[in-house]
Amino acid sequence: MIENDIAVQVRDLRRTFGSFVAVDNISLRVEKGEIFGFLGPNGAGKSTTIRMLCGLLKPTSGGGSVAGFDILSESESIKQSIGYMSQRFSLYDDLTIEENINFFSGIYNVPRQKRAERKDFILSISGLHERKEELTKNLPTGFKQRLALGCAVLHDPSILFLDEPTSGVDPMSRRNFWKLIYDMAGRGTTVFVTTHYMDEADYCGRLALIYRGKIVAEGTPADLRLRFMKQDVLEIPVDRPVEALESLEKEGLESAIFGSALHVVVDDAATEIPRIERILSAANIRAGKIEKILPSLEDVFVALIESS
Amino acid sequence: MFERIHQMIVKEFAQVFRDKRMVLMIIASPMIQLLMFGYVVTTDVTNVPTALYDLDKSQSSRELARSLEASGYFEIVNTPESPEGIRYLLDRGEVSCAVQINRGFEKEMLKGLPSPIQIIADGTDSNTAMITVSYAARIAARFGLDASKVALVNRERLPGVDARTRIWYNPDLKSRNYNLPGVIASIVMIVGLMLTSMAVVRERETGTIEQLMVTPIKPFELILGKTIPFAAIGYFDMMLVTVTGVFWFDVPIKGFLPLLFLCTGIYLLSVLGIGLFISTISRTQQQAMMAAMFFYMPALLLSGFVFPIDNMPPVFQYLTYINPLRYFLVIIRGIFLKGIGFSLLWPQVAALLILGITIITLSTARFRKRLE
Repeated sequence: MIENDIAVQVRDLRRTFGSFVAVDNISLRVEKGEIFGFLGPNGAGKSTTIRMLCGLLKPTSGGGSVAGFDILSESESIKQSIGYMSQRFSLYDDLTIEENINFFSGIYNVPRQKRAERKDFILSISGLHERKEELTKNLPTGFKQRLALGCAVLHDPSILFLDEPTSGVDPMSRRNFWKLIYDMAGRGTTVFVTTHYMDEADYCGRLALIYRGKIVAEGTPADLRLRFMKQDVLEIPVDRPVEALESLEKEGLESAIFGSALHVVVDDAATEIPRIERILSAANIRAGKIEKILPSLEDVFVALIESS
Repeated sequence: MFERIHQMIVKEFAQVFRDKRMVLMIIASPMIQLLMFGYVVTTDVTNVPTALYDLDKSQSSRELARSLEASGYFEIVNTPESPEGIRYLLDRGEVSCAVQINRGFEKEMLKGLPSPIQIIADGTDSNTAMITVSYAARIAARFGLDASKVALVNRERLPGVDARTRIWYNPDLKSRNYNLPGVIASIVMIVGLMLTSMAVVRERETGTIEQLMVTPIKPFELILGKTIPFAAIGYFDMMLVTVTGVFWFDVPIKGFLPLLFLCTGIYLLSVLGIGLFISTISRTQQQAMMAAMFFYMPALLLSGFVFPIDNMPPVFQYLTYINPLRYFLVIIRGIFLKGIGFSLLWPQVAALLILGITIITLSTARFRKRLE
């Protein structure tokens, strides 16, 4: 039974707001137990898609199924089998940690005999055992995020939708958070996660890149690198990245700033390196050693957008 | 289902009582209103500073002056010697009433002729002026009647009308007794409106409503969870004001208390319905508060609480028919002051019920639509 292996499937899903097309006929398929990453810049249509899948928003056209239920007609059944964490922190700030957990256990109708065990589980994954009587608003963002994740999985959903779960969280907490996501996936939960942090894409089993409402690429991270990055990526450490970027782009070289370095996409590294060195020295910019690097997903994404 | 509603109620109470502003609104604002209406806002007229311009200076004129003072309504604070003196005192606001007794007052009265006196009141406060003038006229009339009885003691009885007035239900015309039921009605309204609309809008403002919408909670469970706590708080405020009014201000309750409870519940239907409606048109708590005030002020003015509905222009009189406060005021005053029961109040109860069911149905539909 192929159907049973599919957690999420949509075809030609479209949503417009007035004349603005937020999601433009996308189709995708997520298998059970996968960590599926939905990548794209802000405003690309990630949240709109996820909100249609969770039954928060009606599609303008198209359809699909989540956990085997139709997203148009069976959204109530979907709600019982999914967990959702929105990009805004959305637990009750003015309740204590424990009150929040109790509230959502009740709302999700977690059986009474399982509630204590679930609460214990959530307090331990969020590391909040000692602070359970504190008001939620006093928690640092990283803890809030883990608590929100805990409350979203209280009822042990088969699919977990995470909408930008790590935005505004420090790198350490982000790593911890991803560890949690891995744990959940390890227990068989399907994870559908959106992010605009390209470095997080490597955590995902499979990816879809969305840009202006359209899916521009799909595949495993390694796949995407190979398939879409036929060109070479050069990394150039420079002292004044902004000016360096300007002078390279004036010469028609596609570049982007990464910290104190530039990434430049070229067809052939061997012929282009001397040319770049000439351009930079003409602009009086001190550059370090130019090296050919493995393209990051961000490079892939930039290349895809430029070509579309 | 019950579990989810129960959880909502537990949560709403926890949130309300953790918010100091809300607690203040639930407990302090009814008490302040009650104290204001109990002590400050009295429309009773007593000890009006009065000027007496006595041109007759006779025994009868002195007796009339004494009767005015003995009534307790007037206090003669000045006795000017000229009409200009009256104007001077009224202009400066030292007196708000002046009584002029003309020369020959006693002589004409003894002859059985009508003997006019002049009563002047400061009309800048029209309400007090009316009451003052009518009191003074009544005292003067009685004085004349008594005097003519003495004068006629040896003659035949003359036919005449002796009008004796009695005020029922609130014989001392204590404005406190009259105001307390109104305070209860208005408190229940403002608290119900504010709490309901703000509790819903707060969830929208903080984004928690979205989290709720992906749970299996059903719209009616959410609506009940959002209204039951505030209905309970409405009842609590009603009892708080009633108990304080009865035990502190000696306001009598003549009617049947369970009927008051039942009618408060029916009244709350409309109040919470309007609260829900406000939550569907407001994005922020501030907007909800503004909208609640925007509804509350005209509702209060068009209820008959302060200004009699019969005195309003017809257009406004029609408007009062869609004001739940109007009906509830008749009910609560009837129960408190008149001690009347359902047999007389049923038209108001029915109107309130129809209004309540209509409002709550419309608001609920709109609320559900907003969610979907």
